[in-house]
Amino acid sequence: MKMLKIIVCLKQVPMVSELPWNSKTGTLKRELAQGMMDPCSRRALEAGLQIKESRDRKGMETHVTALSMGPAMAEEILHQAKALGADRGVLLSDRRMAGADTFLTSLILGKYIKKEIPDADLVICGSQTSDSETAQVGPQLAGELSIPAIGYAIDIQLQGQKARVRRYVDDFQETFEMDLPGLVTIDQGAYTPRYTALGGLQDAFDEPDISMVDAHMLGLGHDFNALKDSPTRIIDVYSPTTQKENKVLKGAVKNVVDQLFEEYGKVISHAMGKDLKTHDHGEVI
Amino acid sequence: MTKTKDIWVLGDYRNYFQNRVTLQILARATDLATRTGGCVCAVVFGEKVDEYVREYIAHGAERVYVVDDPGLKNYSIENYSFLLAWLVEKFKPETLLVGATRFGQEIAPRVAKELKTGLTADCIDLEIDEKGGLVQIAPSFGGNLIARIITPEKRPQMATIRPGTFHELAHDNGARGEIIHLPLPEHMPKEKILCIKSEYKPSKIKGIEKADIVIIGGRGMGSKGKFKKLFELADLMNAEVGATRPVVYANWIGHDSLVGQAGKPIKPKVLFSFGISGAIQHTAAIVDADFIVAINKNPNAVMMKMADVAIVADANQVCSAIIRAIKEKIRD
Repeated sequence: MKMLKIIVCLKQVPMVSELPWNSKTGTLKRELAQGMMDPCSRRALEAGLQIKESRDRKGMETHVTALSMGPAMAEEILHQAKALGADRGVLLSDRRMAGADTFLTSLILGKYIKKEIPDADLVICGSQTSDSETAQVGPQLAGELSIPAIGYAIDIQLQGQKARVRRYVDDFQETFEMDLPGLVTIDQGAYTPRYTALGGLQDAFDEPDISMVDAHMLGLGHDFNALKDSPTRIIDVYSPTTQKENKVLKGAVKNVVDQLFEEYGKVISHAMGKDLKTHDHGEVI
Repeated sequence: MTKTKDIWVLGDYRNYFQNRVTLQILARATDLATRTGGCVCAVVFGEKVDEYVREYIAHGAERVYVVDDPGLKNYSIENYSFLLAWLVEKFKPETLLVGATRFGQEIAPRVAKELKTGLTADCIDLEIDEKGGLVQIAPSFGGNLIARIITPEKRPQMATIRPGTFHELAHDNGARGEIIHLPLPEHMPKEKILCIKSEYKPSKIKGIEKADIVIIGGRGMGSKGKFKKLFELADLMNAEVGATRPVVYANWIGHDSLVGQAGKPIKPKVLFSFGISGAIQHTAAIVDADFIVAINKNPNAVMMKMADVAIVADANQVCSAIIRAIKEKIRD
């Protein structure tokens, strides 16, 4: 029986709770951030590991590659993935890959897969990452690989060269049967991830065999520059919280609540979807 | 066909009447087109879609491209993305906008990839820069940061738009638009995804992630008993109740209601924050709220600094006062 090859794509994201935070402006100082495995990526890994375990029980072989792209420090999450049960960790890392938008990210991931694991059966990604939240890399990687894709999966069952995938999107409960090779992205509420066994983590770090791959090894030309080649360009980034009025209301409770409705009753009634009368005249606001 | 200045909007009609994102985008496209020139067009795929075509014209579409075929009965990512890319290559619009429903968020990246162009996800505003280019304004990091993004060279410029971002135009029955019917192309690729089942199952509870008003209580509510008042307020306001980690740990409410890094991110129109100091794990999940009212005895709490309106008072007393005020205001 043929071995099943699974690739799980993981991203390292800044850990929000550890982020240096400017409470005045509400701005995150991302450059000082500690990294962690993106929560939805963890669920994608869990899905891959559960498929592997269920096949193991039937005596069927499965190989899970944890694949990431990012700075050298992203190696951590691949060790973590190995500790959790992935067979192999691969990090695509190069200064020239930095600043890639989703189009370029999917191109780079796709280049690696086409070159090194062209016979992959199933690619699993998180539906979206906690930092940029685009939900675009999964579908675009499927496009790059010319394979079908189903987003926001809550359950995957393999049956021969097909995957049966369930999801709940836009108020529709759906079940699909997808030909393999194919790509699935995992919904942010599905496949509750397992915790890392401490012993396992130690072993994984003792065995430093994460494969590092740079732009040259992927066959990307000397003039390749992800930041420059990305079709989109970020003009600027700002913190939205600085624009808040931050009106402070003080005094007797009844008075401040009256003041709240006088000044902001419209905002509240609009969100409620109900008309509210003004205090004095019974007039609808 | 030469390049046009046209702005295209994908007709995402599943769940219409509730799903109004296409109409909302048409309204903004109409506004943008006054600055860029070009025609506002809708694109519709499916079987028997005349009613949507009429609806889009009544809401601002000057032209509608339609592929109406029994083979398109299912909302299929593969077929619809193939057709959309095919039409874009044929008619060359300057801009292509898609509603950020789950379906839209799946189809748009496939189409952008196929067309080798850029795509910005989940925009909360669109502007036109001095060169006439589309400025795509999108949140990142749970809304902690907002990025302004352009597509300098590639066309079309593509963006998905968060539902509820723009206001639709009034329905105009007298509006006239050009309708271009296209036959299903012969070279449709064979589908690799078979739909076994697709059932409309609207969630009965709106859920805290989708609620327009969310009321979150922290330890400052005082006790489990007093915390329950928030549910009374929520009933009056059609709101959902959420909680901070200490409150969930104290068992005042279930884990399902946790709003924070380990819980649920929310994006309500109005957020009431009762007795919450504002630990970073919590605030990171609520910055997408459009309008925040915070109530806390401590005016220096982080949550109070983040709020649009900060009420310096006892959370529990203010909750009771708002309940009384609303009962009065909705009384017939």
